[in-house]
Amino acid sequence: MRKVLTGNQAVAYGAMLSDVQVVAAYPITPQTTIIEELADMQAEGLADLDYIRVESEHSAMAACIGASMGGVRTFTATCGQGLFLMHEMLHYATGARTPVVLANVNRAIAAPWSIWSDQTDSVSQRETGWIQLYCEGNQEVLDTTIMAFKIAESLRLPAMVILDAFFLSHTSEPIEIPDIEAVRDFLPPYDPGDLWLDPDNPRTFGSLCMPDTYMEFRWQIQRDMERAKQVIDEVQDDFGRVFGRNYRQVEGYRSDDADVVMVVSGTVASTGRDAIDFLRARGEGVGMVKIKTLRPFPRQELVAALRGKKKVAVIDRNFSPGATGVWAQEIRSALYELPEDERPIIYGYIAGLGGRDISIKTIEEIYQKTREADQPDDVDIWIGVNYV
Amino acid sequence: MYSLNQRFNNQDIPEDEFMASGNSACAGCAASLSMGLALKGLGKPTVLVIPACCFTIIPGAWPLTALDVPVFQAAFETTGSTLSGIKAAYRKRGMDDVCVVGWAGDGGTFDIGIQALSATAERNDDVVYVCYDNEAYMNTGIQRSGGTPMGAWTTTTPVKDPKSEPKKDIDEIMIAHRIPYLATATAAYPHDMIAKFKKARSIKGTRFIHLLSACPTGWRVPENLSIEVMRLAVLSNIFPLFEVENAEIFRQTVIPDEVIPVERYLRLQGRFRHLTDEAVKEYQKMVDDRFERLRKRFEITE
Repeated sequence: MRKVLTGNQAVAYGAMLSDVQVVAAYPITPQTTIIEELADMQAEGLADLDYIRVESEHSAMAACIGASMGGVRTFTATCGQGLFLMHEMLHYATGARTPVVLANVNRAIAAPWSIWSDQTDSVSQRETGWIQLYCEGNQEVLDTTIMAFKIAESLRLPAMVILDAFFLSHTSEPIEIPDIEAVRDFLPPYDPGDLWLDPDNPRTFGSLCMPDTYMEFRWQIQRDMERAKQVIDEVQDDFGRVFGRNYRQVEGYRSDDADVVMVVSGTVASTGRDAIDFLRARGEGVGMVKIKTLRPFPRQELVAALRGKKKVAVIDRNFSPGATGVWAQEIRSALYELPEDERPIIYGYIAGLGGRDISIKTIEEIYQKTREADQPDDVDIWIGVNYV
Repeated sequence: MYSLNQRFNNQDIPEDEFMASGNSACAGCAASLSMGLALKGLGKPTVLVIPACCFTIIPGAWPLTALDVPVFQAAFETTGSTLSGIKAAYRKRGMDDVCVVGWAGDGGTFDIGIQALSATAERNDDVVYVCYDNEAYMNTGIQRSGGTPMGAWTTTTPVKDPKSEPKKDIDEIMIAHRIPYLATATAAYPHDMIAKFKKARSIKGTRFIHLLSACPTGWRVPENLSIEVMRLAVLSNIFPLFEVENAEIFRQTVIPDEVIPVERYLRLQGRFRHLTDEAVKEYQKMVDDRFERLRKRFEITE
């Protein structure tokens, strides 16, 4: 069935089709229409879920962790400040090995207030042990929400589906809605195994661990996060076979024969495709790589995609004060393993913070700067900023 | 009917034990005793949520536990919301008979956990929330909480600057949520306490049980006087034992034979040692005033 849906509606459809059992949520712009849609779906009998209207995002995640410990499939959605308030509980979900799925609508951080798109909220959760899946369009949002449950549950690690504020959350696109029975075949009901609060099997979860045992629990998270790279590939391959839409952690666009490669994530990728076509038509040797996963970081795939390129321009719609954009940090670190003669020069650009548009013209400007300079002027280059 | 030295008949106490004696509570800790009694009253199936508090430590470090019910050790401020989540999951699984119980200290209830608790109570989620109130952040080393009584020494309210504000009235806060059941209790009167847990189990909606829980370490009393000091709190009307149904029916369940002056309660404890005679007099008045307000409501409903 085809429908015209906003990104937020696509999230809600994804959660509904996944037969999510408990939703705990708190409203925040621009996430609200996700949780409104789910409330309507529940009220209309389209979704058989238990909806906890909590008093904060912190409690939303705590309730999801509790419900997941009770052995059911759980979901919540938030953005910006809400994600920051959840931060403690994001770590907790990972440590408790609860496969909660969360949709985060990328929203800029206050102060000053901004409700517009910016990845600083989600990239700030890099160290929480959540799988992070960035989406380019509304179809990808719906499909990724379904895949996120499968990935999270098979690893017992929580997963975040990430979409840009307004560019996706409030923009409508015609998208294909998969048949629910096909989704049920793809994603069977959640089976917590014996890791849940079973009254017939009294055990304690989350006990105090002394220094001689704590580290092993952390190592298991890392072991499974490394395994996640393969699991994400497998789930995406399965999804492609069943539904005919294929996703990759790292996806090149006209990058094989390019000298200069732009690295992007989220909706910038769709603008990027047009920008690359425009520049190619002018005869420029430019291509693009879109990254879907920040955690686990697809190091090997990136190295393979960027090995031997002359220059790599990373566009970060986020920023770590005192350092650089987060994608640029990750890519610099990943490419360092290449021998010097195969290692591209990396140009890190900060653009589009707080919802400022990243247009074809912006990408063209970034390309020009990259092409013209033998070396970057600085570790991070800010695009379109009035230095007042 | 109730006095300081009375003895109780153990025959009426359920024999089931869900809390083992091998645990790491301090000597004389009333919280470990309270847990054993509470679980006797609740019975099975019961699942516990325990946030950061002394009970993070008391049952033992991984992989050991003294508790014979499933436990989720939750983040400090999340008892209420974690309970709501677990209950929702059980409802979806058709396991509505499982009693989902929070077990939090005064810091986790009066202070950092009050927001989540208030929301759970406002939704009237079908859970039991127990606050074992030892009147300070005891697990971190006796720091002042909203549950610390006026005049008390703690490590963050030194003798030269003891707590100047009265204890936050958590009972009135919870009554204002119009929950179906609220009770105060203490392990020093075990029959009353067990009866309240049994009753709580039989009621639907948010139930709140406020336990006074003596902490010899933090209160500066000898460990063999835990029971005595809790009885003095009850008999002096500092911690009257009562229950409230639907914020309407108020019933005092333990009525002292003779009301004992608060001075006896205060003077037994090192944490109040610095109080002047005049301060003790003021204390008496404060306790009398609060009890008078409660007594009027007991009378109305009798």
